[in-house]
This record gives sequence, structure tokens and C-alpha cells, in this order.
Amino acid sequence: MMQSDPRALQLNAHGQLKHFLTLDGLDKTILTEILDRAESFLSMGEQSVKKVPLLRGRTVVNLFFENSTRTRTTFELAAKRLSADVINLNIQTSATSKGESLLDTLQNLEAMQSDMFVVRHSDSGAAHFIAEHCTPNVAIINAGDGRHAHPTQAMLDMLTIRRHKGGFEGLKVAIVGDILHSRVARSLLQALTTLGVDEARLVGPKTLVPDFFADMGATICHELEAGLKDVDVVIMLRLQKERMAGALLPSESEFFRLYGLTEESLSWAKPDAIVMHPGPINRGVEISSEVADGEHSVILNQVTNGIAVRMAVMSMAMSGQLQGDDTPEEKGGQ
Amino acid sequence: MKLRIQNGRLIDPSQGINEITELFIADQKVVAIGEAPADFDDAEVVDAEGQWILPGLVDLAVALREPGYTQKGNIATEGRAAVSGGVTTLICSPDTKPIVDTPAVAALIQDKADEAGMANVFPLGALTQGLEGSQLSNMVALTEAGCVALSNGRHEMANTKVLTRALEYAATHDLLVVFHPDEKSLSEGGCAHEGLMSTMHGLAGIPDTAETVALMRDLLLIEKTGVRAHFARISCAKSVEMIAEAKDAGLDVTADVAIHNLLLSDDVLNQFDGQYHVLPPLRGENDRLTLIEGVKRGVISAICSDHQPHEKMAKVAPFAATESGMANIEILLPLAMRLMDEGDLTFTELLSCLTSGPASCFGLEVGSLAVGSFADFTLFDSTARWNWHYEARKTKGHNSPFFAEEFVGKVMSTYVSGQRVYQAS
Repeated sequence: MMQSDPRALQLNAHGQLKHFLTLDGLDKTILTEILDRAESFLSMGEQSVKKVPLLRGRTVVNLFFENSTRTRTTFELAAKRLSADVINLNIQTSATSKGESLLDTLQNLEAMQSDMFVVRHSDSGAAHFIAEHCTPNVAIINAGDGRHAHPTQAMLDMLTIRRHKGGFEGLKVAIVGDILHSRVARSLLQALTTLGVDEARLVGPKTLVPDFFADMGATICHELEAGLKDVDVVIMLRLQKERMAGALLPSESEFFRLYGLTEESLSWAKPDAIVMHPGPINRGVEISSEVADGEHSVILNQVTNGIAVRMAVMSMAMSGQLQGDDTPEEKGGQ
Repeated sequence: MKLRIQNGRLIDPSQGINEITELFIADQKVVAIGEAPADFDDAEVVDAEGQWILPGLVDLAVALREPGYTQKGNIATEGRAAVSGGVTTLICSPDTKPIVDTPAVAALIQDKADEAGMANVFPLGALTQGLEGSQLSNMVALTEAGCVALSNGRHEMANTKVLTRALEYAATHDLLVVFHPDEKSLSEGGCAHEGLMSTMHGLAGIPDTAETVALMRDLLLIEKTGVRAHFARISCAKSVEMIAEAKDAGLDVTADVAIHNLLLSDDVLNQFDGQYHVLPPLRGENDRLTLIEGVKRGVISAICSDHQPHEKMAKVAPFAATESGMANIEILLPLAMRLMDEGDLTFTELLSCLTSGPASCFGLEVGSLAVGSFADFTLFDSTARWNWHYEARKTKGHNSPFFAEEFVGKVMSTYVSGQRVYQAS
């Protein structure tokens, strides 16, 4: 009854991606391959014909158990640029029948003979669950599971950093805000440590940045000034309004005063620091409008890079599925 | 009927016996050890050559699921699973549907258990009506109906005044109260131990303070009211220390631990496998080692299976959406034997925590094969290697992370009151 190791689960016998569930266990070579391939797709977006036939004849199902127009749209666009047919399904689940309906939904969708599921779900581990339970040869792409992982978001951020900074070596990166509830932060931390930045800092109050993250390779900072000092990259996270009701913070205004990114606080970072945000932005809560729209901000580049990264991951996972597991002498995952 | 068990090694921690000897049984009870009584020539002979004769196990934590949740298990199926694991006496939890808060439900469970003819079954009565934590149950009537102790299970006792009153009332009648220390406001919504693993995997954490804050409150109230108390399913290192201190200070408390909290820590969570979803959760490695030490030191005097069978679908979901619990009663003894290698625990110490230890926590006259005791025992092949297969399980439950694993040590047969109720095929 043991489930297989999720890190091995997403690689085929050749060590290639066949699902994209988490960055945990993926080495620098694979992450770099994703970035290189995304880079090649980027230039394509500027051409008049924006399509490649890598997924021609394939059916991609966007399976969203949680609403997200933005993420879904970029996945849809990425799939279409790879010439796939795309179906969008928004499935709202009731809390009580979550498990059962997830499996039932899967079985129904399998009957449609799709080739790829792009999954977003509010439970951590949901993408693993689907990869474990769906028929072979269907690639699962994690578009965000609970607080666990959002690997395509992290990789598009890596692409954005690489395009602006040329690489990762020697960089200091600060991630600011609600780390505890953020799947983006977890995936970012894994990407940054694997790609070898000098320092990844997590910044916020103890209620949102538990000490356990230090064991994941992060430097914990509870003060913004120490957290931003001399950093090359600032990544601000969205603050959900529920956090005040959960007694994790007193108020939005106090959070902004202590951890909001303003022109003043940005001045603690390196002069050429870039500012990123996975969106959607809460202006005046985690970031001021001046900074969000200012010269350091690369937030809109992130969106463009997101399409390219998703194209890269989808095409890699599809080809990893087709390569299959026929020569098992090379065990992947290391 | 007379029974003569010969050639086996009798191991009985309650009497300090560990030797190859003979056990003589008449009229459901042990009548002699070693020397045959006068009139035993016509006794039925059981050859236990190469096997160990052990007192039947006493399991303080079994969910029989009946009445109310028979899709998960029932008194007959789980009773059969129990005896196949060598368990001859079990305590069942009050959270059935209807809840064990009336004598009728307590009587129903015992009647069904008698009908099934497997293990001895003692129900826990609800401490408050409907386990709602607001109105006291009819504790004395429940006790008269066979409940051996009272408990609110893991249901919240939010109102400390009600809890105090319940304890005072129980103390008045010298009743035992079983505590599951859990501060709901801290554990609610969580599904895994708050630590590196839950943080990495984005699983909502249950801090150890959910247990220790409640435990401290409970200890203070036990001291104040003088009630007899037992702590069930301790999971944290700090809890072991707090209970040890309370005992040193002279408080009349005992404690048990689930076998899985001794064997597993939260590092198994990297697979998102809902089979490892239990409450209290699998804690950190330091907690696990301190719990083992607590058993060694006698702070924890009982190890239980915490048997919670579920239907298949209960575990077919992402981790947090699965129901909590494992169904391991059939492999309790071989699981415990795994602790001999690493925990520095002797077989006798482990067996004590599975027999006389739990019996004494609840003041039950079982768990011993002393002359005059009911002949509840099991014949155990301590060297047999076997695999526990899902298809061959006795429980109605589908949930265990241990299916297909190899075990050393196998229950060959089980007797309750001198009657054979299980024979391995």
C-alpha cells in the first residue's frame, strides 16, 4: 500500500520529467534545462506565428479545483502555443466529499483520453495523489497544491531572475510576507537553493515565518531592513485578508508599516535590485504603487516568462511520458 | 473441560516467569503451572513445542465501529482481528453512533461481543452526554452497565468548569477518567506534526503544545480533584517528562502510547501517504525516542494498537482530506517486537506493556496467567517469518501502512477463558 516516492514519481527511467509535481528532488541540470528551453520559447512569442507543433493532436485538461483565472489563462495559452487542444474545467468541491469527488472526477476525465492534466487543488499533495491514481501516460502538471508547491511559478521567477541578473551565483534573494501559507515560497526556496544563490532570505513576523524554514536552507529575518540589506532580488508575496482573522497579524496597515515594500525600504537593497511579485498585487498592503510600477519592478516580465516556462515544462513532461520507462538501469531522481 | 499446554515457554511478566513449563486449565481458569494437578489424566493436550505461551494481550484502544459505523468495521470482524493478533481483552472507545452515554448502548456492545465470542470487550463510557462537553453523563449507571472508565475521547472539553465538575463527580464514586490531552484551538485544522516535514510539505501542523497545554491543565485538575486518571495516546517528548514529574510528586496517573508513535516519526510524510495520517500525529524523532524511553522507565505502562479501521475510500484522497487512523491490531505483537532491536527494550518489558501493564491501568483482572486467573492466552511462534497480506487481513478496515511487510513472530492460536478462539491457518 506504500505510495512511491514523489520525487521518483515525476521522473521516468531515463531521469527525464514525466510529471511536474514539485521541485523537491530535481537537480540543477533539469532546472537549467527548463530555463533554457523556456528561453527558446520566449523569442517565439515575438514572432507573428506563435505556435510550435510539439503537442499537436494532444489534449490538455486544465483541472482547477480552486479558482485562478490568471494561472489558468497562462497555462491555456502555453498549451495552445504548443498546438494542443485545451479543455478548461473549474470544479468547485465541497469540503466533505473532496476525496471521493477527486477520484471520481479523475476517472471520468480518463474516459476522455486526455494526455495531460494541469491541476490546481487546495490540498497539499493533491497533484501527487492524481499522478499516483491516474492511468499511465497522462502527464500531471502541478499548478499549485495547497501550501505545498507551485513549481511553474517558481521556475518563471527563476527565468526572470536569470534574464535580469545573468545567473544565480552570488545573488542574495529576499522573499517577504506570508511564507507559512505560501506554496510559491516553498517552491522558490527549493529552486533558489538548487540553482545555487548565495543566500535566500525569508522575511516576516514569526507568525508567518516559522523557524523550521531555516532547516530548508533559508536565512530567517524578522526585520525588513536586515532582510533587504544588499539583496539583488526582492520577491513580495500576496497577503491574504484571512490572515488577520486568523490572528496571525494585527492589521494590514501595521503589516505594511513593518514589512511593506516602499521606495524607502527598497533603498536598503542593492541599487540595481529587481522587484518581483507572483500577483495579484495588493497595493498598499505588501507593496506601494510607486514600487510596483517603478523602474525596479519586473512584475509584468514575470507574466510573459510564465507562458514560456509553462510551454517548456509541458513539452518536457509530454516527451518524458512518450520516452517511457523502458530502460530502467538508470534510476532517476538523483 | 481440562486443558494441558505442554512443551511451550511460558512468559508471564506479572509473575516473573520465563521458562519451559506446562500450563493446566480447568473450568476456564488456570489451575496450575508446572506440576499437574491430581485429576488431569483425561485433559486435552496442546503441544506448544517451540512456541511461547503468553498472557492474552490487553489493548486499551480499539474502535469497534459498532453501532453506527459498520461500513468501517463491526464487533464480530474487529473481535476476530483482535484474537488473531493475540488480543484477548480490549477497551473500545465511546464515539460510536449512538455514543456510549447510556447504559443501553454499553449493554448492546457487550451483548454483541458475547455473541461474537471473541475477545473480552469493555466499553469506555462517555464523560459528558453526547461527548459534547457540557452536561455530565450518568457515570454511575454507565459503570454499572459495564463501562470500565469514562472518557470524552478526543472531543473537546472546552469548558474547564464542566471538566472540573466531571472529575469531582467521578472522584466521588472512585471512577477512572481517561484523558486524551488535546487543546482543540491549537490542533484544529492540522493533520501532521508541526515541524520541518509538515512545513516542507505544506501540511497544516499540530504543535506539541496542543498536547502539552491540555496535559498541564488536566494534571492540575487531577491534583485538585483527586480523581483516578489515565492518559491515552501520549505523543510528545514533553508529555513524558510532565507525567514522570506528576508521578514523582505522588499523583495517581498512568499513561499509554500507540504502537505507531513508538515505531514511526514524521519523516514518513514525504510520501503524502494518507495511511500515515493519525491523531495524535506521528511526531519528530526526538519525541519518538523519548516515548520509547518513557516505556523503558515505566512512565508509560501500556502500549496499544489504537486500532481504527476504515473503509477503503477514507484513505483515497490527498493527505489532509483522508480520515485519521490505522488498523494494526492483528500485528500488534510483531510490531512491538521491532522495538527490541532499537529501543533497548526486552521482550518481557514489551509484553508487560501489552498485558499486565494496561490491565493495571484500568484495574482489570486480566493480563496474567497466575493460578486462579481466566485462561486468556496466546501461543506465539517468535521466530516465524511471514508477510501480512492485505487480502488475508481479518479486520474489515483497509488502512495500514504495514500491508505486505515481513514480520518476525506470529500468533499461532489464541484462547479466551480456556476456549480456542483463533488458530492460524
